[in-house]
Amino acid sequence: MASISVPGAIAGQPARSKANYLNASSGFLSWAFTLDHKRIGVMYLVGIFTAFLLGGLFALLVRTELLTPGPTITTHDWYNRFFTLHGAIMVFIVIIPGIPAALGNFALPIMIGAKDVAFPRLNLASFYMWVIGTLFAISTLAFGAVDTGWTFYTPYSTKYAFNGMIPVVAGAFILGFSSIFTGLNFIVTIHKLRAPGMGWFGLPLFLWSLYATALVQILATPVLGITLLLLLVERTLGVGFFNPELGGDPVLFQHFFWFYSHPAVYIMILPAMGVMSELISVFSHKHIFGYKFIAFSSVAIALLGFLVWGHHMFVSGQSNLVGMIFSAITFTIAVPSAIKVFNWLATMYKGSISLNSPMLYALSFMWIFGIGGLTGLFLGTMATDVHLHDTYFVVAHFHYVMAGTIFVLFGGIHYWWPKMTGKMFNEPLARLSCLLLFVGFNVTFFTQFMMGSHGMPRRYYNYPAQFQMYHQISSAGSYIMGLGVILMVGYLLHSLARGRKAPDNPWGGATFEWRTSSPPPVENFHEQPVVDDLYDYEKLFWDEQAGGYVRREVPDGAARPAH
Amino acid sequence: MADAVSPQTAPADAAHGSQGHGAGGGDAHGHGHNPFLAHHFETMSQQFDSGKLGMWLFLGTEILLFGGLFCAYAIWRGNHPEIFHAGHQHLNKTLGAINTVVLLLSSFTMAWAVRCAQTSNRNGLILGLTLTLLGGFGFMGIKYFEYSEKIAHGYRPGKYYAPKHDAAHAATPAAAAGHAAAPAADAHAPAPAAAASDGHASGAQTAAAGSEHAATPPPAATPPAVAGGADAPKILPAAVAPGGLAAQPAGAGHGGEDTPNVHLYFSIYFCLTGLHGIHVLAGMTVIAWLLMRSVRGDFSSAYFDPVDLGGLYWHLVDLIWIYLFPLLYLID
Repeated sequence: MASISVPGAIAGQPARSKANYLNASSGFLSWAFTLDHKRIGVMYLVGIFTAFLLGGLFALLVRTELLTPGPTITTHDWYNRFFTLHGAIMVFIVIIPGIPAALGNFALPIMIGAKDVAFPRLNLASFYMWVIGTLFAISTLAFGAVDTGWTFYTPYSTKYAFNGMIPVVAGAFILGFSSIFTGLNFIVTIHKLRAPGMGWFGLPLFLWSLYATALVQILATPVLGITLLLLLVERTLGVGFFNPELGGDPVLFQHFFWFYSHPAVYIMILPAMGVMSELISVFSHKHIFGYKFIAFSSVAIALLGFLVWGHHMFVSGQSNLVGMIFSAITFTIAVPSAIKVFNWLATMYKGSISLNSPMLYALSFMWIFGIGGLTGLFLGTMATDVHLHDTYFVVAHFHYVMAGTIFVLFGGIHYWWPKMTGKMFNEPLARLSCLLLFVGFNVTFFTQFMMGSHGMPRRYYNYPAQFQMYHQISSAGSYIMGLGVILMVGYLLHSLARGRKAPDNPWGGATFEWRTSSPPPVENFHEQPVVDDLYDYEKLFWDEQAGGYVRREVPDGAARPAH
Repeated sequence: MADAVSPQTAPADAAHGSQGHGAGGGDAHGHGHNPFLAHHFETMSQQFDSGKLGMWLFLGTEILLFGGLFCAYAIWRGNHPEIFHAGHQHLNKTLGAINTVVLLLSSFTMAWAVRCAQTSNRNGLILGLTLTLLGGFGFMGIKYFEYSEKIAHGYRPGKYYAPKHDAAHAATPAAAAGHAAAPAADAHAPAPAAAASDGHASGAQTAAAGSEHAATPPPAATPPAVAGGADAPKILPAAVAPGGLAAQPAGAGHGGEDTPNVHLYFSIYFCLTGLHGIHVLAGMTVIAWLLMRSVRGDFSSAYFDPVDLGGLYWHLVDLIWIYLFPLLYLID
């Protein structure tokens, strides 16, 4: 396909002016009303990272409280609120929108050679819905704070819990619509705005995963929306939808809730897997192995993810037959997940691996996700789940999966940081921070596997003395992670002020965003990039003068592996 | 992808200023200077296709939103068919049928308006949109009368459910705390106070259910007559319990006054029709906006997609009502 002329290039200006999306206009309003996907992505990133720090603070409070049995720093009521807020913030406000809304918003249109997402106004509206939903959810603190756990199980949430429930549920409802509209926008963008000549199998794998994620967002989130609406109605009007006393059915709530919230796990993990595919390939400087397998496994995970929600309800009065079916489908999800991991390993095999900080995060995720995925099989097996259900084993498992995605979020932030900000961060400190997080994470949560298999129930304020050592080790690990995060905030902020100017292509990536300036211009490209193999690193050469990688055309006759 | 059309050079700002999200371009004539072409699209047809795909996806999410409610409806009706049978008898089938016709006609006028937009028939477009908007007003007006009647008679959702039943008032003049809650009616214990506190499913707890203290005996809980409970229909009292909510076998007649938990039907009724009503209002807002733009003369065969997309939305709203009407009104 021939390349096309670029309408975005402003006549009369040199191809490389100093103008970029960050300095093209200034002032608060130029950000508040921007329709530029890059600015919206950056605003998401700032918001989500702030929410992450808040959620992390609650986590540290929970871990500190558990240093000793009985009261340590707070009462049991506030302990319940802390873990609820930690869970609700991390799930609904941080991890679900994290990679798609922040990194995806920034990278997606550039990666397909478009100027923006299909519906820029809707994109901005999604962001403000995220802000409003977040404010609603956090305002629960002013109403006595919700203490139901992030799952809002009925009838506790509708009959007994504090009134702080209402703003949190309303907030989650609004956040859900933010998520739906982001997903809708991405699907249309990927369908309709790909650069001429870019076929479905020419897409970067990150976009396949964002596409699969968006499918889940669109198909699952409305059901959560209606569930939360019913919860609000039941709570405020005293309706008995989920109250058996009044003709309702509490298990129905669990079905509805997990019909969304299990696929939501894939909303969290799929974009992370997409970023992984980029990081592993770029930092191994080797063509991605098994492109189509990785692409289709994303879609397979998204679709299978809809059929497994019942594995959260093995002990909720579900029939054994239904449980067995859900259990079997749960196991099948391991197949596409493993396909991805093996393809990443095969990509690294005989690659020229650079252990830069984004790659360190990617490797951390491989370890963490490996453990998280395999321990999921214990929980997906009905017999063992009866023993492990609602213990710290579950807590450890879902942190190994869901918080594992935070590692990829960090990896992605480091990967695209030079592109977003035009500045390089302090690489040795970044590696140190990654190390702290990795060690701290495993100390925190591996201990919880042991504690859980010994029978320590989750969400308990008090515990027998035999668990104290585990709890203390776990808390110590969480402090190490806290240090790592503080260090990261420090050097990232420092890079904004003092960082070395980033080259266009610091890591040697071949996707489109590395073919434009750092930071990109408002319309993303100075000249429309030509579509070719986005995992072909043969044309990229390190250039000392540029401080990064540059593309040099290899003559046609030169040896080039066929892909 | 419509890459056959030459790249356009439309100014970005003109496009930004005058259209909502999802609004797109019209026919791709290749003029390349349609002021409604947003800066990030190459061609009008690309913009149109994007808007259309986006709208269909959005309609999918709407169907799933209602789908959750329909699914819940199916489960509750499966668990308690008697509640639905009893509750629906209080709906006015005639008004429901009229509303169905009104919405169907408005769908027709909407489709007509879209056709007029495509043929650049501005007057037809304005007339079609006006009639559609009137249909929306008609629907909401009838709905208003239906709602007012339900609310006036006490057929309200949840803890506000308090049907005004003359016999009930005559029998329990002292039951000020809630018409339905006055007499405790439960099979497990003859003592009314104890019966109310064991938390068994019983109409008597309707009013107390929303409070934090469902276990507290309702006030005025010492009437001489003790009603039979759901588990023991054999020991129905000679005198039907005042308040009319004592548990009885399903389909006991009397407009379902004797079925427990009929409030659940009205909760579902108000949730489904309320959510649908909000969608009708949203659709009317969109149509009013389209009407304003039609009067301004924005739409022609070169650019009509907001009309097209708004029409799609309006048809979905109608379609949902087509399901709501039999599910709620025609249970018999």
